[in-house]
Amino acid sequence: MATTFKDFRNDVKPNWCPGCGHFSIQAAIQRAAAKQDLNPEHLAVVSGIGCSGRISGYVNAYGFHGVHGRALPVAQGVKLANPELTVIASGGDGDGYAIGMGHTIHAMRRNIDMTYIVMDNQVYGLTKGQTSPRSRKGFMTKSTPSGAMEKQTQPMQLALSSGVGFLAQGFSGDLKGIVSLIEKGIQHKGFSLINIFSPCVTYNKVNTYDFFKENIIKLEDEEAYDPSNLGMAMQKLIEHNGLVTGVIYQDHEPSFTDQIPDFDDNPIVHQDLNLSSEKIKGLVDEFC
Amino acid sequence: MKPITWMVGGQQGDGFSSSGETFALGLSRLGYCIYGYFTNSSRIIGGHANYRVRISPYESLANADEIDILVAFDKETVDVNIDKLRDGGVILCDTSLDIELPENHSVQLIQVPIMKTAEELGTKLVKNMVAVGASAALVNVKPDVFLSIMAQRFERKGEKVVQMNTEAIQKGYDYVMENVTLKQDLSLPDVPQSKRMLMTGNDAIGLGAVTAGCRAMYAYPITPATDIMEYLAKKLPQLGGIVLQTEDEIGAINMTIGSAYAGARTMTATSGPGFALMMEAVGLAGMTETPLVIVNTQRGGPSTGLPTKHEQSDLFSALYGNHGEIPKIVLAPSTAEECYYDTIRAFNLAETYQCPVVLLTDLALSQATQSVNYIEPEPPQIERGKLKPLPHKADIDVEALESQAPETRYEQFKRFEDAEDGVSPRVLPGTPQGLHHVTGVEHSEVGRPSEDKVNRKKMMGKRLRKMEHVKVSNGVEVQGNQESDLLVIAWGSSKGVIREAIERVQEQGYNITHAHVKVVLPFPTEELKPYIEGTQHILFIENNGTGQLSALTHQLINDLPESKNLLKYDGEPFYPLEIETKLREMKEWQQRSKTSVTM
Repeated sequence: MATTFKDFRNDVKPNWCPGCGHFSIQAAIQRAAAKQDLNPEHLAVVSGIGCSGRISGYVNAYGFHGVHGRALPVAQGVKLANPELTVIASGGDGDGYAIGMGHTIHAMRRNIDMTYIVMDNQVYGLTKGQTSPRSRKGFMTKSTPSGAMEKQTQPMQLALSSGVGFLAQGFSGDLKGIVSLIEKGIQHKGFSLINIFSPCVTYNKVNTYDFFKENIIKLEDEEAYDPSNLGMAMQKLIEHNGLVTGVIYQDHEPSFTDQIPDFDDNPIVHQDLNLSSEKIKGLVDEFC
Repeated sequence: MKPITWMVGGQQGDGFSSSGETFALGLSRLGYCIYGYFTNSSRIIGGHANYRVRISPYESLANADEIDILVAFDKETVDVNIDKLRDGGVILCDTSLDIELPENHSVQLIQVPIMKTAEELGTKLVKNMVAVGASAALVNVKPDVFLSIMAQRFERKGEKVVQMNTEAIQKGYDYVMENVTLKQDLSLPDVPQSKRMLMTGNDAIGLGAVTAGCRAMYAYPITPATDIMEYLAKKLPQLGGIVLQTEDEIGAINMTIGSAYAGARTMTATSGPGFALMMEAVGLAGMTETPLVIVNTQRGGPSTGLPTKHEQSDLFSALYGNHGEIPKIVLAPSTAEECYYDTIRAFNLAETYQCPVVLLTDLALSQATQSVNYIEPEPPQIERGKLKPLPHKADIDVEALESQAPETRYEQFKRFEDAEDGVSPRVLPGTPQGLHHVTGVEHSEVGRPSEDKVNRKKMMGKRLRKMEHVKVSNGVEVQGNQESDLLVIAWGSSKGVIREAIERVQEQGYNITHAHVKVVLPFPTEELKPYIEGTQHILFIENNGTGQLSALTHQLINDLPESKNLLKYDGEPFYPLEIETKLREMKEWQQRSKTSVTM
């Protein structure tokens, strides 16, 4: 009797627009969690702000919906306190690559065992259609009526140069594909970043389902693609302007807590907080 | 005996501070009360810096108005500090320094071959210990206690290092004993030995955190709070805990919230600028009812302000810095000893009321070294409030769990139940039948986002109702009578210096009561009221420019008698004389106003 995707469903109706790419990502998280045989009680979904941030309330698990751009620090804090939990953080491209970009880069460097799923729709939806760091140059929005003047961020290239241990990219039009990527991300012992193209049907008329179907290159179809080869990964991203899906890169460096003996086997939340008098005496006497 | 103040100064980064620390620790072990204060600038190497040590037979937690002995490692130290020397004070320096004393001075210049002695011993580094030995001779204290400190400190570095340092102390001591005749006796009288600790407020917070069960600490380096992280970084990993230096203060506080939500006792520590960055997350902790302990060691603001100088100007930001309204507790300890007990309290209060607790200290309290009564190594009471125990994952009967009907297994836990005292039962992630959602958005009892008016009213009411139930003892510490001529109200590290000034003035029959506020939120209105009602006038003493505690007291207590403020914001704590002068002014002014009334 293992869990099924139904175990990760609840009765909350998402407030996303019909056709939003986030529905598939929600379903993919639920299916991947079931396929990995997780229990809802030991899954924590931590999210940011915006349309995508609501995901923590739509998956039947322990959910934490924080403030804008700060899902990753909260998620890392959860995992460090209780390594028995599987931690998934999720948010939008604004959350992860604008206000939270610093946290994203440092989380990759730090390599705490958790999975970060970015729902990348290349626009700000909940605030009703402004430019995102993932909007391409010239993209017309309410905040850039003459077109966005900055270059698009390239988070996948950035991730590779920030020391990410597991990097994948998917498309919400390919449910099976993203279920598999999320599973691999959960399995990876370390920090995993999965960027998922998730069309915003209301505010982004450029990066649509059809756009991705026409432009995406699947890495699994590329001859002799080797995701352990950092140089090759970077080359492919540059070659296809970031529009690739699949596992882009994976290494097997020890995670942050792998480097601390016994840390994961002795979760902080289960430790006895009371020190012996003898131990306290030792600490006090250092000041005498 | 009156306390003696000894100051050592030199170029920052030159290592002279080790002589100060050694001198202070040795005298502390002999039973003297110590108050040590660093003055430095925001750079690593160069620039004048000094460390003053006040040595007293009784507790005196303040800098003295004047110094008695100045140990100068360079000429600048003399130039900068000569006006602080009392008449008949002593300057101790190397024979190579060319010191010109001002005319008509009464200072005794004692030049000792410090550098030469050190070089003969094999390294210039031991010059600091030559100075310690020479200083010990000036105050007529045998060098043995300092020799044993050296033996302890350098034990790991081997016999030779210990020998060099102990010889340096002995030679410095012998030189003064054999060659110097003091014009004034600076001998310290014998005091009974008593077991005391010597620590800063930051040390005490670190120690308190460890004994209170804090096992995770996330912070970003900032003066003057960094010592707390550095202390815990040495201690927590040994206990299975973790200290992590984050990418910024926002990361620090959000990681703290994450660990607290998962069930750890955890904290962060910062100073004004970092505290400002943390504010959104303080609101998140209030809204999600996550226990949160934040230390803010105040420094000179605003903006980058005076990074290495003292101030008390974050009272308002601790009270009102976050947007929106949340329950919150703000503690303001006044001594290192209180820092220890307040830290333990902060963890208990945070979990009992499931809200942020701010431990508000100031630079003088954080960084000044002071004698603390020996803390009996009793494990403190750990109060976790309405927290349900978390089972180990391995102990959970998964088969039994899976055989439950989904509506039973997945019934949403009322994490935000509308409890009478505002505090709901708390369950940690990983607990069967505890599933719920937590959000910074307004939410229902099970944490579902809701903008419904009725729900909003209920949930805001529930959270704010906590403040009606919060009980924090020792909100104010009073010295003096309920009926007084003058009531002095202050907070933070100034307690010692105010007491000292009041003692000087009270001798002349001026009835002053000193109320030191130690819990800012909830404000100790009821505790303060009788003293306010029983006084003619009030004087607020604060290290800020706007009289924040004064404004707060006026806001919360009606019909205050006429009050004045003594404010100082030049980066230094008060000296006793400044307060004494103000108290005398107040006395004259009160007498004048009495006379004019009777006419």
